[in-house]
Amino acid sequence: MNILEVKNLTKKYGDFTAVNNINFAIKKGEIFGFLGPNGAGKTSTINMLTGLSKVTEGSINIFGIDVVKDVKKAQSIMGIVPDESNLYPEMDGFENLCFCASLYGIGKEEREKRAKKLLEQFGLDNVGKKPFKAYSKGMKRKLTIAAGIIHNPKILFLDEPTTGIDVESARQIRSLIMDLNKKGTTVFITTHYIEEAERLCDRIAFIVKGEIVRIGTVDELMQDVQKEKIIQFTLDSGILDIKETLQKDFYNYKIEIIDNNTFRLYSINTISLMSFMKYFDERGFSVYEAKVIKPTLEEVFVKITGIEASKMKKEKEGGRK
Amino acid sequence: MKSWIAYWNILKKDMKNYYLKPPNISWGIIFPVAWTLMFFIKSQSTLGIRDILPGVMSMSILFGTTSMLAVTITFERKSRSFERLLLAPISLNLLMLSKTTGAIIFGVINAFIPVIFASLITDLTGINWILVFGSVLFIAITSTFLGLFIAVSVSEVFEAQTFSNFFRFPMIFLCGLFIPIQSLPVIVRPLSYILPLTYGTDILKSTINGTGFLPVWINFLILIGFALLLFSISIRNIKEKWIY
Repeated sequence: MNILEVKNLTKKYGDFTAVNNINFAIKKGEIFGFLGPNGAGKTSTINMLTGLSKVTEGSINIFGIDVVKDVKKAQSIMGIVPDESNLYPEMDGFENLCFCASLYGIGKEEREKRAKKLLEQFGLDNVGKKPFKAYSKGMKRKLTIAAGIIHNPKILFLDEPTTGIDVESARQIRSLIMDLNKKGTTVFITTHYIEEAERLCDRIAFIVKGEIVRIGTVDELMQDVQKEKIIQFTLDSGILDIKETLQKDFYNYKIEIIDNNTFRLYSINTISLMSFMKYFDERGFSVYEAKVIKPTLEEVFVKITGIEASKMKKEKEGGRK
Repeated sequence: MKSWIAYWNILKKDMKNYYLKPPNISWGIIFPVAWTLMFFIKSQSTLGIRDILPGVMSMSILFGTTSMLAVTITFERKSRSFERLLLAPISLNLLMLSKTTGAIIFGVINAFIPVIFASLITDLTGINWILVFGSVLFIAITSTFLGLFIAVSVSEVFEAQTFSNFFRFPMIFLCGLFIPIQSLPVIVRPLSYILPLTYGTDILKSTINGTGFLPVWINFLILIGFALLLFSISIRNIKEKWIY
């Protein structure tokens, strides 16, 4: 069952098109990820979905509510965690959570109960009385997520939840997101970390220059690359001397030399290991290792978008500094 | 009911985080005290105190309210915590009312500091205090909404302060606070009539020293008009500039 449906969504700032005619739907209970580089249109999309930005064209429907027409009703069932931890620096963690709950009309007793519970759940109960400005980046991020779920939203929007924080905090946040999802919260997440998208998301959309270029589960996205089989051989001695002969004898395979002792075979058809073992044995080589190489989501992303993952990560983190 | 929980808590947060902070108390309270003392010491007789009281009260409200909005709105906008409020399921009108109510209360309190001083040194009998409170409230509302209009038009706190001064200081001279509008050059007078403070001060003058020039009910109607106009322009600007 789709709980969020986006049709022909477009966002223009003057002549610049930030989001260009995108379509997608999110199913109840899934974690849906938007993966793309800086300026791909991730934040523009999330801003339109949450009502912080006007829609130029298209429609957004969340739990049957037309976001364009009745944004306030839609906001009452959304949890929103922006890309910056934007709580109030002078207020302590507990006060911040209680204040955020009050914005959703939750009474004093109930919001205090929920704030205490969330501080415990997020491992922040020992700093609940400290002002937000004294928190570390990781703690700020966790409290911002806690503030986003204090009113028990049906869908949670997370914009770059782990960008710019330490590895341990990022790991904890990913674990918290998975826990929330297990308890039934549907999650929409934007990220530029491929491994994060792969680890967290049930389905991922690759977004580049405001357009969704591919959408699917990790397995579905992998299919294009997985059609090609890859086997990596490691030999006891150098193969550079026989590289040309090898390519000539096995002309129907693509051969890639990794280093002096290692090479990879690529083929759409099944690769017969025995013929290669026999071939090398006849020429006095010993095969130390022959292993199947499975493509990563990163390779899929690079193949589809033409964008190097490392460049994307560097750009984003450079931008944050 | 749920929206009012949000309204009350936004107001409470602003009071605690901004209005009751020492720098703001010093700006909001010491500033009118200083103005009051300056004018009262300069005033030669007790009659003079009643003459200048409406002007001092109006000025205290004007400076107190407009200064506050630059902080509570521009600062939060800059730090992006204002986005949190925009994303809450409460109407934009109620949200902005909750953000401005604190400044209105602050302005009303500021207005009565000169009154306390004046009551110590002169006889204030015969004044219709209900009318005084009504005019103080409406001066506070229109000045706050003027501050809101300025806060929405800029992006930095310092810009808001500078822009506020562009309005505030001319208003001291143009709105009849200390110089009667009738004695201003004819060419300047139209400016006086397009500023809301003129009408609030006129009510205070009518009731405190009997020198107002317009009927009180007309002043109130004009102030209501200004309040609605400034608030609706600000809301329109927020919708256009902040929900872009």
